Amino acid sequence: MKTIQSKYDVVVIGSGPAGLAAAIAAKKEGAEDVLVIDRDLEPGGILLQCIHNGFGLETFQQDLPGPSYAQRFIDEAVGLGVELLLDTMVLDITSQRKVTVSNRFMGIADIDARSIVLAMGCRERTRAQIRLPGFRPAGVFTAGTAQRWVNVEGYMPGSRFVILGSGDIGMIMARRLSLEGAKVERVLEIMPFLTGLTRNYVQCLNDYDIPLQLSHTVNRIIGKNRVEAIESVQVDERWNPIPGTSEIIPCDTLLLSVGLIPENELSKKAGVRIDPITGGPYVDDTFQTNVPGIFAAGNVVHVYDLVDWVTEAGLASGRSAARFATTVRNSEIRHIPLVAGENVRYVVPHELDKDNLANGEIRLQLRVKTPIEAPTRIEVSDGENLVTRKVEPYARPGEIITLTISPRAYDDVQRAGRLVVSAVKR
Amino acid sequence: MPQNYDVVIIGGGVVGCMTARFLSRTSLSILLIEKDADIGMGASSANSAIVHAGYDPVPGSLKAKTNVAANAIWDTVAGELSIPFDRRGDYVVAVGSEELPGLEKLLEQGRQNGVPGMHIISAEEMRHREPNINPAVSGALWAPTGGICDPFMATVAAAENAVQNGVTLLLETAFEGFILDGRKVAGVHTSRGDFGCRWVINAAGMYADAVMHKAGTHPEFKITPRRGEYMILDKAEITINNVLFPVPSEKGKGILVTASLHGNTLVGPNAQVLDDPEDTAVTREGLDDTWSGARKLIPGLSPRGVIAVFAGLRAMGNAPCKTPGVDYHHDFLIECDAEVQGLINLGGIESPGLTAAPAIALMVMDLMKEAGEKLEYKRSWNPIRPPRPRFHELNREAQDALIRQDPRYGRMICRCEEITEGEIVAEIHAPIPARTYDAIKRRTWLGTGRCLGSFDMPRVVEILSRELGVSPFEITKKGHNSAFLQRETKNLEA
Repeated sequence: MKTIQSKYDVVVIGSGPAGLAAAIAAKKEGAEDVLVIDRDLEPGGILLQCIHNGFGLETFQQDLPGPSYAQRFIDEAVGLGVELLLDTMVLDITSQRKVTVSNRFMGIADIDARSIVLAMGCRERTRAQIRLPGFRPAGVFTAGTAQRWVNVEGYMPGSRFVILGSGDIGMIMARRLSLEGAKVERVLEIMPFLTGLTRNYVQCLNDYDIPLQLSHTVNRIIGKNRVEAIESVQVDERWNPIPGTSEIIPCDTLLLSVGLIPENELSKKAGVRIDPITGGPYVDDTFQTNVPGIFAAGNVVHVYDLVDWVTEAGLASGRSAARFATTVRNSEIRHIPLVAGENVRYVVPHELDKDNLANGEIRLQLRVKTPIEAPTRIEVSDGENLVTRKVEPYARPGEIITLTISPRAYDDVQRAGRLVVSAVKR
Repeated sequence: MPQNYDVVIIGGGVVGCMTARFLSRTSLSILLIEKDADIGMGASSANSAIVHAGYDPVPGSLKAKTNVAANAIWDTVAGELSIPFDRRGDYVVAVGSEELPGLEKLLEQGRQNGVPGMHIISAEEMRHREPNINPAVSGALWAPTGGICDPFMATVAAAENAVQNGVTLLLETAFEGFILDGRKVAGVHTSRGDFGCRWVINAAGMYADAVMHKAGTHPEFKITPRRGEYMILDKAEITINNVLFPVPSEKGKGILVTASLHGNTLVGPNAQVLDDPEDTAVTREGLDDTWSGARKLIPGLSPRGVIAVFAGLRAMGNAPCKTPGVDYHHDFLIECDAEVQGLINLGGIESPGLTAAPAIALMVMDLMKEAGEKLEYKRSWNPIRPPRPRFHELNREAQDALIRQDPRYGRMICRCEEITEGEIVAEIHAPIPARTYDAIKRRTWLGTGRCLGSFDMPRVVEILSRELGVSPFEITKKGHNSAFLQRETKNLEA
């Protein structure tokens, strides 16, 4: 029987890469007691089903599979004395930072937290959200559900697949299923460009001779009980099907890799404001939400490309949460907004405390709206004067762009009422 | 030698199940057969979930009569059977002054049908009661006796109570033909063999016409499938607390926007006539129709909020209304067959069939009495179907007590709808066992939330496999040929 305290300095919700990093950083920053809550039986979050490699290139300069990457952080957290409360669902969070949980061994319990880190990650977009027409048979799964079956439970959910969406999970599953002897007929992508990472296209589709069709989608799911085929169709630039381009592709399974949505139902219960563009909370440069003492990090804020960056955000939010829990707070915070300017879909954080720039650089992450396949200037200005800039070799919506504001820009930022970030062709 | 019953009911939809439940009060022996893997998989599982007030059907029709009669007893039926039901009233909303006369017409029709308590409210009042309403609203008809229910549980609860009271239910048992003694019912052929009986109640929904034709009766009767497509919007997006109909047109009641008992908003249905009685596919065009219809009432609906889409089929019949002077040709057919003794036809039971089902069941009993059947009531009949705990409906203290009693209620399987392992296990071992994923979904609403089951599906397959004692490869979504899993990994030969 697991016993826990009724009060913690820092409670972290979710034990994926963001949550584990936050807990470790909070402990190192001086938080006395740190609790990580997860609904699964094991810590690690979705990394546990990501048995492919490619994790940790930035953090450890090593190419690790997901479970190995997670284990390093689990070991470190446990070594530091972080408590884990597993197989437990958080039912509610209040703006006063009371966390209500439910599990088999404690029943319903309330936990008071001095600060909270939201690290619930994201969920997959479903067929309903893209209004996929046709029947509703067995055999239409999100790529992540199929990944759990194949990699964790050891079952194959089909033998002839079509994958809709060129997101990373979909491409990785295409390779995984091929290795398990399944036939992946095709990957369809409604956008005129790849939405996942180019390296995944090369390693997962190209190397396995799996055709990718851009500007194509599923027009109809065929089969009343189990998928029997799908009808694909080419679309125009407004995503409308082009008559005469449909094709019936026999298959028994349709996997959907059509986007991820930050999982913020709990955040909303606590009064956390959500950015409709990212689907995640508005955060400042310390990863604090609009609710004092509630922080958020990782895919719950916006969907990242690389786990290393999720870890980095988790570490930063954990440090902030520990400081909030253990120190007297400076009541005067001088926030200025960060605004998405030309060809920028969103930028995180949404605002920053001007004083924090004295303590070190502040990192911004953004996605562009439309691809630019040429050197691109990423600029931060106060609306008139340039504050900082960098040049990227290209800018694609599928790949996050990172930019730092260095303490050298301190004076410029003090004068600014807001900062505008833009991405334009050089 | 076939097994004998007094009554065989064909079709485990809400009409067949309610009929079985009411008839289970009598000493008659009853067999309920259903061709699919579970009860309530047809129209009963895909509709607007409305308990209609009864102002819409043509006065004098059986639709009007059974609707209004059933509406009055829904509280009792829902109370006895523990069917989630909320009589919150409904509105017909006129947009633009040209639609106002339509409200007067409905009000008059409602009065003729005997609907109590209706009146017309002003545009201002409507805007007050539903702040999200189209600002161009010109007035609304308020019917306080309308309500919303859980249509899945209406079917399951009725069947379960029937079974508790001695009715035999056979699933995956398809009707194949009649055994006739001259022009008198003597039994039925089914995919599970023959059963003798004196009565056959034809509650075959989309196939009611085919059943009649097998008996050589009603060659003129034809069911036309009319598909309706729906969308469900996330509870977090925009909160609609009311039941809102547009002013009806010739095509039907139109596309409504309604609260559901689970806090989501339901919009739909459009209406499209089809040939195929199995075509429950959603279409791009149909969803567009539904969406624009819904936006007419609530312009602020956002497509981002759509979490589920589905289509249902209405079994539209062509029976003329039997009331003299009423020119209406899509009425319910509820009768003792004039040519085949012992056959009771329930045909063309489209909307308001879910509402009307209890009244239809009572009418069936009257028809049997009129035909000379002595209905003796059993003293042992228990009209109460006890509810099973629903974790998310309990307060924290009750949740805590439930988990202490059975720790499986502490393990959350469906995070969106907050459905626990305890609830799933209880449904698998209920009087009518839930043996497929969709059967559990219909009984608990698991997997109907914003992730559409992506999270719970592997866990539910595992629980079903464990509780039923079968391999996970045998677990299906909806019965025949709908397994989730094919083989183990690293085992290509298998």
